[in-house]
Amino acid sequence: MQRVFGSINIKSWKFLLTAAVLIVWIYCYVANGDVTNSVVASGMRFGMPLALASMVGIMCERSGIVNIGIEGTMLLSGFTGFYVASYTKNIIIGLIIAILTGMLTSFVHALMTIQWQMDQIIAGTIINILASGLTSFLYKEGSTVPNTWPIFDIPILSRIPFIGHAFFSQQGPIQYFGLILIPAIWVLIYKTRWGLRTRSVGENPGSADTAGISVIKVRMINVVLGGAIGGLVGGFICLELVGSFSKEFTAGAGFTALALMIFGRWNPMGAFAAAILFGLAQALSTQLQIFGVNNIPNQFITLLPYVFTILVLVFSAGKVRPPAAEGKVYKKEEA
Amino acid sequence: MDTLLNISNLSKSFPGVKANDDISLHVNKGEIVALLGENGAGKSTLVKAVFGLVRPDSGTITIKGESIAYGDTAAAISHGVGMVHQHFQLVPVMTVTENIILGDEPHKGMFLSMKAARQEVIELSKRHGLEVDPDSVVEDLPVGIQQRIEILKALRKDIDLLILDEPTAVLTPQEIDELLEVMRNLAASGVGVLFITHKLREVMAVADRVVVLRNGKLVGATTPSETDEEGLAQMMVGRNVVLQVDKGPAKAGEVVLSVENMTVKDSRGHEAVTNFSLELHAGEILGIAGVEGNGQRELVEAICGMRHRTTGTVKVAGVVAPDMDPRQVHLMGVSHIPEDREKDGLVASYSIADNLILNQFNLKPYATKGIRDFKVRDAYAEKLVEEFDIRTPSFENLASSLSGGNKQKVVVARELTQDLKVVVAAQPTRGVDVGSIEFIHNQLVSARDTGAGVLLVSAELDEILSLSDRIAVMFGGKIVAILPGEGADRQYIGRLMAGLTE
Ligand SMILES: Nc1ncnc2c1ncn2[C@@H]1O[C@H](COP(=O)(O)OP(=O)(O)O)[C@@H](O)[C@H]1O
Ligand SMILES: [Mg+2]
Repeated sequence: MQRVFGSINIKSWKFLLTAAVLIVWIYCYVANGDVTNSVVASGMRFGMPLALASMVGIMCERSGIVNIGIEGTMLLSGFTGFYVASYTKNIIIGLIIAILTGMLTSFVHALMTIQWQMDQIIAGTIINILASGLTSFLYKEGSTVPNTWPIFDIPILSRIPFIGHAFFSQQGPIQYFGLILIPAIWVLIYKTRWGLRTRSVGENPGSADTAGISVIKVRMINVVLGGAIGGLVGGFICLELVGSFSKEFTAGAGFTALALMIFGRWNPMGAFAAAILFGLAQALSTQLQIFGVNNIPNQFITLLPYVFTILVLVFSAGKVRPPAAEGKVYKKEEA
Repeated sequence: MDTLLNISNLSKSFPGVKANDDISLHVNKGEIVALLGENGAGKSTLVKAVFGLVRPDSGTITIKGESIAYGDTAAAISHGVGMVHQHFQLVPVMTVTENIILGDEPHKGMFLSMKAARQEVIELSKRHGLEVDPDSVVEDLPVGIQQRIEILKALRKDIDLLILDEPTAVLTPQEIDELLEVMRNLAASGVGVLFITHKLREVMAVADRVVVLRNGKLVGATTPSETDEEGLAQMMVGRNVVLQVDKGPAKAGEVVLSVENMTVKDSRGHEAVTNFSLELHAGEILGIAGVEGNGQRELVEAICGMRHRTTGTVKVAGVVAPDMDPRQVHLMGVSHIPEDREKDGLVASYSIADNLILNQFNLKPYATKGIRDFKVRDAYAEKLVEEFDIRTPSFENLASSLSGGNKQKVVVARELTQDLKVVVAAQPTRGVDVGSIEFIHNQLVSARDTGAGVLLVSAELDEILSLSDRIAVMFGGKIVAILPGEGADRQYIGRLMAGLTE
C-alpha cells in the first residue's frame, strides 16, 4: 500500500479526506437536512464512547504501556457502577464507583506490567478474562436504576447553523463531556510538561531516566488516569446509553477503540475523528436498515462499520509508527 | 584542593562479572581526569553509579561531600553533575529543543513555554560554540550533531562536574578538537571533568591526570607528562601493544570488486552516492576516507545488497551481483562488517554461538536436511571464541551480554572465517578498545594477505592511514581523489575530506 501511495504526501491525503467528508455532508444536508442531522448526531452518540475508550489506550501507550484490557476495564466499571447505582438509587454515586473501579483495574494492570514486569498483552488478557468471568458470574437479572442521564441541548451552541444540530443537541452528558475532555487530553500530551515527559517515557525511557524523570511514576499515573476514563465510559454506557447492565455489554468496543487509536496515530484528535467516522458508518447502516434497502441482506449492512474500520486500517497501516518503547519492560540497569 | 567527586571502595558485580572491584577515585575542581580502560573494564558502570543509574554493592560516592543514593538521578543532577552517556540518551522523534529541556522544562504553570525553551537552546549553543538547529528532529541528524546535543544537554545546568563517557567515538577530527577545546574552557572556569575514552592521543592532549581500569580494577594512575601513548596502552591491556600496524607490501591481483556508475539514495530519498565507480583488487586494502555522512554508509549497503541501487552495477570477480539480496551477495564471497554492529551485525537475543554461524546455520555441516547439528556448532564456536579472544564465560551466553569490543570480535570472527573474495569493513573499530583494535587490524591485514580484497571504510583517519594500500577520499557522494597509502599526507587528506581542492 505504502508503495502505491508513496508519492502522495500525508498532508494532502488528510486534506482530500476531510474535503470529501465535508462535501458529502453538505450534499446530504442540502438533500435532506433532518435525516442528515440525525445521522450525524447518532454518529456522535455511537462514536463518542469509542473515542473516549481510545483515550484510555492513548494515555497508556504514550507512556509505553500496552493496555488491551480496556474492554475488561469498561465491563467491570459498568458492572459495579450499575449495581451500586441500583442499590443506592443514585446514579452519581454509581458513576463515581465506576470511575474508581476503572482506576483500580488499571492499577492492577500497572502493577502487573510495571512493577512485576509481566508481559503486557498477557496482563491485559488476564484483566479481560477476569472481568468477563466475574461479571457473568455475579450478574443478577431484574435490577434497575432509578433514572438515566437526561439528553439535552446546549443552549446557544445548538442553534449554530449546520453543525449546531448535529453536535450540540439531543446528546447525553458523556458526548458533551467528551467534546471537552478529548481536546484537553490533546493539550495535556502536546503542550504540557507532563505530556512531554510522558512521550519521552514512551519513546525512550532511558533518556527520560537520565534526565531525572521517574519512568515508573510517569507510567503508573498515566495508566491509572487512563483507567479513570475507562471507568467513566463503562459507567456511562450502562447508566446513560442503555440504562441497564447486560452481560458482555462492551461487545468488543475496547478492541475497536484500540484500532481507532492506531488509525488516529496515537493522537487524541486523530482518534476522535476516527471514532466519529466509525460512529457515522454505524449510524448510516442503521439508517439504511430503517429505510429498508431490500436487495441487501441486513447482515451485510450491519457489517458496514467493521468493513470500514478494516479498510481504513489497511490503507493507513504502512505509515503507522507507535511509541518506540511501547510494550517493552524497562529495567533500570540496562540503561 | 576542592574535591568535587569522591568515590571510595566502590564494588559492583553483575551476574558472572565483577564490573567494579574496590575502586577509589576523586576529581577536583578545574581538573580533567581521563578514565582509560579496555571495553568491558567497567568504566561505564562506574560513572553510571555516580549518576544513580547503577546500584553499587558496596562503597560510597560523594559529590561535594554529600552522598548520592541509588536511583536518585535527580539528586545527582541537582548536585551539579552533568553526564554525556556512551549510548545516546535522546528521543529520536522529538526536536533538539525538546530533548535538551527534558527533565527541567521552562514552563508557565503546567504548560511548556516552548518559546523560552527555544531561546535558551539558542543561547546555550552560542555560549559553548556548539551549533545546533533547535527545531530539527533528532532522528534526522547525523551522529556528530546528536553527540553535540548530548553535550549541550549536560552543559545546560550550571554544572560543577561533567562526566563524558566516550564522547569522541563518533566524531570527526575537527569535531574532536572542538570538544577538547570545550573541555579545556570548562576546566578553566572551575568545572571538574571526568573523561572516558579509548583514544590515547586525546588523553595526552587534554588530561591533567589519567586513571586506568582493567577488568574492573584500578590498575594505575599517572599523568601525560610521565608517560606516552605506548605506556598508556600497556597499562590498559596489561601487556605490550604495538600501535603501528605491522604489514608487508601488498601483492595486488586481479579485480575482485568493481562498482560501475552506481547511484544510491539515502533513506530520505536524497541522492547519497552519485555515479560512483571503483575497482578493488585482490590482496589490497583500499581505504575510503571521509567525514561521516558523505555517502559511505549508502555505498557500503548498496555493495552488500542491503540498499537499492538506482543505477549502476556491482561485479564480484567479474560476476554481476544482484541488487537487494544480501544473502546472495554474501554467498558470492563478500563479507560485511557492518557499521552498526548492534543493528546489522548481531542478533542480541541469540547466543554467541548462534551469532557466529548466523550466515550459514542452514548449511552443511551446521545443518543436515533442515535439522541443526549443535555439536558441530559448539565445536566451531569454541574454536572461534578461543582464536578471536572473545571474552565471555561461555559461548552459550547471549550476544547482548558482551561488551562492545567483544561484540565486534564476534562479527569479525564470523565474517573473516570463511571463503572470501571481498571484505567490506565499515568502521570496524568504532568504540573498540586498543587491544581489540590491534587484533582486528591484524585480522584485516591477514585477510588481505590470503588474497581477499579489503574495502575499509572509516571516519578514523589514523586507521585509514595505517592500514590502507590505496586511499580513496570520498566527499559529497563521490570519490574526489585516490592516493597511494605509502607516504600519504594527513593534512592534505584532511583538506580533501573537508571538500577543499588545493
Ligand atoms: N546491565 C548489565 N548486566 C550484566 N552485565 C553488565 C551490565 N552492564 C555491564 N555489564 C558487564 O560489566 C562489565 C563492565 O561493563 P562496562 O562498565 O560497560 O565497561 P566499559 O564501559 O569499560 O566498556 C562488562 O563485562 C559488561 O558486560
Ligand atoms: Mg562503556
